[in-house]
This record gives sequence, C-alpha cells and structure tokens, in this order.
Amino acid sequence: MIRDIIGRAIGGLMSALAALIVAAGGAAAAEPIKIGSFLAVTGGASFLGDPEKKTLELYVAQINANGGVAGRQLELVLYDSGTDAKKAASFVKRLIEDDKVDIILGGTTTGETMAVVPLVERAGIPFISFAGAGVIIEPVKKWVFKTPHTDGLAVQKIYEDIRAQGLKKVALFAGSGGFDKSCRANAHELAGKYEIDIVADETHGKGDTDMTPQLTKIKNTGGVEAFLYCGFGADAVVAAKNYRQLGLTLPHYQSHGSASKRFVEGTAGASEGMRLPAAALLVARQLPDSHPQKKLALQFEADYTARYNEPISTFGGHAYDGLMIAIGAIERAGSTDPEKVRDEIEKTANYIGVDGIYTMSPDDHLGLDTNSFVMVEIRNGDWQLLK
Amino acid sequence: MRLRLATPRIGGMLALAAVIAVLPLFLPNNFYFDVVILVGLNAIVCIGLNLLVGYAGQISLGHAGFFGLGAYASAILTSTYGWPPVAALLAGAAGVGLLAFIVARPIMKLRGHYLAMGTLGLGIIISIVLTQEVDLTGGPDGMPVYGFSVLGWEPSGVLVWYWIVGGLLLLTVWLALNIVESPVGRALRAVHGSEAAAQTMGVDVVHYKVLVFVVSAVLASIAGSVFVHYIGFVTPSEAGFVHSIELITMVVLGGMASIYGAVVGAAILTMLPQLLTFLHDYEMLGFGAIMMGVMIFLPKGLVPTTARLIRDRAR
Amino acid sequence: MLTEFLQFLLSGVTVGATYALVGVGFSIIYNASQVINFAQGEFVMLGGMMAWFLFERAGLPMPAAVPLAIAGTVMVGLALEKFAIEPARNASIVTLIIITIGASIFLRGGAQLVWGRDFHALPALSGDAPIDLSGVAVNPQSLWVMGCTLIVIVLLHWFFSHTMTGRAMRAVAFNMLAAQLAGVNNRLILMFSFGMSAALGALAGVLIAPITLTYPDVGIMLGLKGFCAAILGGLGYPYGAIVGGLIVGISEAMTAGYVSSAYKDAVAFVIILMTLFFMPNGLFGRRGIERV
Repeated sequence: MIRDIIGRAIGGLMSALAALIVAAGGAAAAEPIKIGSFLAVTGGASFLGDPEKKTLELYVAQINANGGVAGRQLELVLYDSGTDAKKAASFVKRLIEDDKVDIILGGTTTGETMAVVPLVERAGIPFISFAGAGVIIEPVKKWVFKTPHTDGLAVQKIYEDIRAQGLKKVALFAGSGGFDKSCRANAHELAGKYEIDIVADETHGKGDTDMTPQLTKIKNTGGVEAFLYCGFGADAVVAAKNYRQLGLTLPHYQSHGSASKRFVEGTAGASEGMRLPAAALLVARQLPDSHPQKKLALQFEADYTARYNEPISTFGGHAYDGLMIAIGAIERAGSTDPEKVRDEIEKTANYIGVDGIYTMSPDDHLGLDTNSFVMVEIRNGDWQLLK
Repeated sequence: MRLRLATPRIGGMLALAAVIAVLPLFLPNNFYFDVVILVGLNAIVCIGLNLLVGYAGQISLGHAGFFGLGAYASAILTSTYGWPPVAALLAGAAGVGLLAFIVARPIMKLRGHYLAMGTLGLGIIISIVLTQEVDLTGGPDGMPVYGFSVLGWEPSGVLVWYWIVGGLLLLTVWLALNIVESPVGRALRAVHGSEAAAQTMGVDVVHYKVLVFVVSAVLASIAGSVFVHYIGFVTPSEAGFVHSIELITMVVLGGMASIYGAVVGAAILTMLPQLLTFLHDYEMLGFGAIMMGVMIFLPKGLVPTTARLIRDRAR
Repeated sequence: MLTEFLQFLLSGVTVGATYALVGVGFSIIYNASQVINFAQGEFVMLGGMMAWFLFERAGLPMPAAVPLAIAGTVMVGLALEKFAIEPARNASIVTLIIITIGASIFLRGGAQLVWGRDFHALPALSGDAPIDLSGVAVNPQSLWVMGCTLIVIVLLHWFFSHTMTGRAMRAVAFNMLAAQLAGVNNRLILMFSFGMSAALGALAGVLIAPITLTYPDVGIMLGLKGFCAAILGGLGYPYGAIVGGLIVGISEAMTAGYVSSAYKDAVAFVIILMTLFFMPNGLFGRRGIERV
C-alpha cells in the first residue's frame, strides 16, 4: 500500500514536472485533461497493443508540446491489460475510481472491451474502443464508441472481391477469440447476400502452433475456390504458413486484423499473393493525390517511423483516430463534462482520420462504411493497392 | 507465561475480525475496496489449499480449475437457466466436490507427487473445456453474470460485498481451525509426518487425503461463485494454469501449515500486480524474482518465519 | 484417405519429436535431483529467441546463430541451477517447484524486456517449399526436426552407456546416496543435468521455431506438454520420454484431424490423467520401493 502511494507520488511528480517544462509560457497551470487507457501491450494481442501505446504516447507528447487542448495539458494514464479481460476490468475500475480520468481510450481486443462496457456504462464516462468486433457497437451503447472497422465490414469487402473474380465456394477457418467468432458469424450471415457458398468450416484453438490437420481437411474438401481466415496475431501467421506448407494455392483472404508488417514478416514470404481489406493508411503513397486521407496518412507515417524506427500499422492508426476524435470532442464541448463530451463524439462528422472518414450518429458509434476500406494484396513483402 | 489470547484460535480470529471491521475506514475509494475483496476471496481459496499443502503435504497445481468451475456453474446456471444464485452456488460446490473425489481417490493411493501432476492435467483440461465450449460458456472472452440475490435481497454497493466476503472469510478461518484441531487434523499431521507410520498406526491415509482435497476444492468452488457474482463477469482464465500457480504461490509464500499465512500470502500476491504497475516493463521480471527470492530465503513462508523470529526474540 | 492420415501422422511426429526433446530434459533433471523443472519450456523459448536475435538483429548466419543460441541457453540453465536451485537444495519439493515456476516467470519477463513481446519467425534450415510425397506435403523443416531428434537419441544412448559422466548420472538416478559414496560429485552432476536439459530444450526451440514462430510465451504450453511426455514415459526415464513425446504428438494430430480441432490441446493432459489412473509409473517406469 505504501509503495503504491510512493509510486504514484513519483508518477504525479514527474508528470507535473513534465507539464511545467512543456508549458513554458508560464501561464497558470490549468487542470490537466486526464486520458485513461488500457491496452494489450503484452499477451496475445501485443502486436496490436504495442503500436497503440506508442501512438498514444507520441501524440499526447506532441499535443502537449503544442500547447495542449484548450490551454490544458493532456495527462495519459496507461495500464497494460495483457490481453486479459479480467485485468482490463480491474484497470478500468482503477481508471474510473482512483485515477478519475475524464475519458477512456483503449481495449485492444474485443474480449477486453466487452468486459469493461458495463463499467463505463454504469459510471457514465465516454469510452472509445480500439477493438474490431461489431458487437461492441451493435446494439449501440450510450457511452461506447470505436474507431476500427468492424469484422462485418471486412467480410463484406472480402466477399465483394471474391465475387468480382467470379468465385463462389469459400472455405472458412477461424480461431476462437471474440473477434474470430464474430468474423465467422458474419461470414455465415452475409454469405447469402453475396451468393457465397461456405463449403468448409474449421476452427482452431487459441495459440495453436500447428494447424495442418484442420487445413488438410480443407484441402481435401472438393470444389473449394477461395479461403477466408478469421483471426489475427500469431495465429494468423501460423495459419498462413501452414497453408503454404500444405501446398495450397487458392486465393487466400485475411481480415484487417492482419494489416500489419509484422504479419507479413512473420510469414516469411508465405503471405505473397494474400489479400486483405485495410485502411487507406497502409498504402498511403499509392493513393491518388486527390484522396482526402493521403496527406494525413503520410504525416502519421513520417511521425511514427521517425520516433520509433518501425513500420506503421493500422492499429496505431486506430489509436490516433481515437485520440483525435476524443480531443476534437473535448474542444467542441469546451469542457471535460462527460455528457457534453459524449454528445460531441456522437456528432463527429466527416472527420478525416488515418483509418477512414468518420461520420457518427446516435445509431452509429463507428461512423465508417466499406468505402473507407481498400483491398490490398501482398506483393514482394509489401502492400499493393488493388484498383 | 503466555497470554491465553495468543492461541491461534481465539486471538487470531479476533485480530482478523478487528481488521475486517476497521479496514473500511482506511480505504479511500471503490478501487481499494475492489482489491481488498479480491484478497478476501483469494484467501478463502488459499486457506483450503493450505490445508492440503501444509497439513496433508500434497500439492495441487490445478486448483484454479475448481475455482473456475464454481464460477462458471454460478454464471451459467443463473444467467442462462435462471436458477436462484444460492442454489447455483451449492450445485457448483457439490459438482466440484464430486469431481474432486473421483479424481483424487485413485491418485491418492500413490505416494509422491502424483497429485501435482494429476491436478495439473485436470486444471488445464477444465480451462480448455471452458474456453472451447463457446455456446455454453461464451468462449475465451467469457460471459457476463447477472444479479446476485438471496431470497429477494440484492446486495448493492461495494461495502455490502465487502461485508459478505469478510464474513465468509471469518467463517472459513473458523472452519479450518476446527479441522486442524480436531481428530481429522491430527490424522492429517500424522500423514504429513510420515505416511507409512500413520498407516501402521491405523490411520486411513487415503481417506484423509481425499477428504482434505475435496474440502479444499469445495472451498475454491464457493469462492469462485461469489467472485463471479461480485465482478459480474467470468472468463476462462479464472480456471487457467497461471491462476493455479498464483494460488499455490500465495500459500507457499504466506506459510505452509499456517492458516493466517494463507491470508497474508493471498493479500500480498493479490496486491502485488497493482503495486508493481510502476515497474511497467519490468513487472513480470520483478514478480518472478520476488517469487524465487522469497522461496530461497524464506522457504517456510512469511508467517511461520516471522512468528519464529518473534518467538526467538521474546526469549 | 491414406494421404490424409499420413499428413496427420507427419505433423504429429514432428511436434511429438519436440515434446520428446523437452520431456527428456525433464527426466534428466528429475533424475539428478527429484526436482520438476517448470522452467524447461523456457529453455525452448530461449533457444528460439536467441537464434532469432543472433540471426535477425546481430546478422549472424544461421550455422553460427544456432550453436550460439544453444550455448547461450546452456549458460542460462547453469545460472538457474547455481543461483536458484543450489541455494535452496535443502528445501521441500514444493518449494523447489515454486522456485522453478518463479524462474520460468522471471525468464519470460526478461525475454519480453530484452527482445520485445512480438512473435518472430526463424528461417527454415532448408527452405519452406514443401516436398510432395505422393500427395503428402512434407515440410523440409519437419525432416530436420525428426532427423535431429534421432541423432540426439543415438548420442544419448552412447553418452549414458559409454561415458563416465553418463554412467555417473545413471548412478545418481538409481540411488543418490550410494552414488555419492562411490565418489560421484552430486553437485556437478546436477549442474551438468541442467546444462544438458537446457541444451536439449534449446535445440528443440531452434528446430521448431521456423514452424511455430517464436515469442516470449511460446515455452509455456510446450513445457507442459513435454512434461506430459515425460510422465507418460515414466518420470526419470529419458527413452520413455521420447516415446511419450511421440505418442502425445501423434495423438494430438489425430484428435485434431479426426475428432475435434478444438480439443487438440487437451489431449496431452487427458493422457496424464489416464497414465496416473492406470499406469502411474509410466510406460517404462518400474514400481519403486519406497524407503520408510
């Protein structure tokens, strides 16, 4: 208990010191705006949570250096929820009760997000999630918003592409996490609308290191024309590698959960030719100059790679968009009053983000549609925008 | 001349009750109450586990499995099937008790650390089943749990839960003390001392070992049920290997064959992750180092070692 | 039908060989000290991660990175024995088990800190292009895994029967006190056992990383399943661990292929329970006489 107090005292001292140094104007130190965050920096989703953390830290520092928001500095309180729903719930309680933050951004995975939804709803504090599944905002919850595209949108985009090539019979392979399940459910539900036939349907356990048995069964199913994988992270890489190891050459689709160089590098060449829907951020340089997101996306890429010396991913993009939408809402609301901020988030309209152009409404707490997705193919270890 | 109050039974329980009664005054906000309630629930499991480890000399590396089964029994029976919560809790406890009995009986006949391996296997199997049976359990992301009510009365607010858990903890301590100081306890200590000797003295070794295992499993199940109603959410990680290791570490850290040691161990290990957040990237490293350090330098655990120091000083 | 079966068999044998190597490590340490080393899985992780680091970041070619990674892991194994096991040598088995568990957490935390939490790929030793054997796609890395395991088996056999150290280790396994009286330095044997187990684990890690990817947490499940292999074979019988590993691996693959892919992971642990219920001493263990 004492160590806890000392630890937080040191933390408070340091952030106060930082704020003083940065607010060189010497203006009366106004109350900082507290942004709470919980991210899967470790654990299975660390390759999403880590860039999210880096992005938040980078831009909070940048905004503070430029004078903060409405004259107030930002204070980021960030905990590592370790891809664990229970830890996420525990840290959100801490953020709400103990750190008394004004707004919460985070929840890298669907599981972690869903675990904290009852908490933020009860406490009445705005929450912008960085997780993928549609269930987060369908049905709409008053205080919960999200920035990444849903798995439903991803499946739609993929099915459009499959049909455009004249293919029909799809083999489905999914993991067992929240996002995977949701994606698989959407794949089934939307199949009828796009005249897709799901002829094979396999699953694997979390962290499965060898998926050749399941993929062998798919390989031996007659008539398969295309393959769709619902999942992300190390699982997606193993699935892709095993797919090639078995000599499968059918069109292979991944979800936007694999929209990261770490996926491409992890597969060490096995992912050549695979396709996935992604935010325009990923192929910013290939966009026409007239594309509204191009300038911002390139700026984000430059900032991030300069600071961290690693390739960007759309997950960092989700965090960036979440932070900017939150800041924008706070500015428009003129205060950090939860109700006002929440209302302003809901009024976000034509906001040009790195991941898409957002227009939210009381019924739509995401604000994106399939137009904000582009289809990319992996060629020579890099993203190729498909027209 | 020693004061009568110093006997573990009355003195200890009074001290614990006093701490429980007075603690709320020192807790600044709901988050602290949350941590303390979790300590209490972990302590209940640890007291049971301690009976197994400290007094019967057996290890369980899968005890979180029982905790998880109790948690999910309550979650599924109340939220999906609409059972009354107390009935679900009892059903879970009964089911877990039966499972523990079926598994322990054949294994306890063996000497050595076979129970460790068996419970390891059992715990992981339970956690895999809970993760994979998505339709029943909600899969890896778990499921929400609604409303706890006893005959129509619903606890609301963190303070009420605090009293519930505090009361249950005192009850568990009392139960454990009774077991330890009864003929059953003496039989257990005989078994721990030397199984062969105890057996030649007519002690039904297998029977007692199984008994204490079942009791510890049932306690874990009850704690799991209460936990899940308090938190309102359950995930398969409650039954996972990592949680099992945390539980056994609490017991060994606090002191084997020491009921209050189990409480202390539970307190320290539950609070440690919150305290270590300032270590950020070093958290896991620090945790592992602390575990190793304490085990190497204080192998008997904190409470017995401290008690001995105090006793030695008093001479 | 047959090709499908052979495909499953192949994947089962490959992963089973990994479990076998890990299981042998468990048995060797158990033989020297009665300790169940729960950090065994972390040796596998360290082997793979170090090899990745040396290859990818330090730019060493694979033929240099692999032996260095194994050597590095051996150093860690020896350090573990020296600083964590030896100081506590008189503690109870429970305490020792907790220490090894603490060590495993420590090693994982260290790995995360030094190398980051990401997963990484190691290039396969002879490429990824599958070899087609009448319909069965054989991953060249699988052949490496199986081949190296075979070599290890032969080397182990030679070691245990024809070298002084090997025979000393067998003596210690049989009866620690008698071996000591016969002049065997138990402490050295214990150190050696840790070093050897670390080497075996690291080898498994390096061989399997191109197939399964390597990341700080990869050792947890591999360690536990290797442990299952060791128990199935009979704790303390290295050859038993090898057979046990293959059985566990093949059972997993067959379960995933024919029964249900969801319960693949449970197979190893069901095997433990079955072993304990029906043959507690494992396939090759003999009933010991317990001194009273």
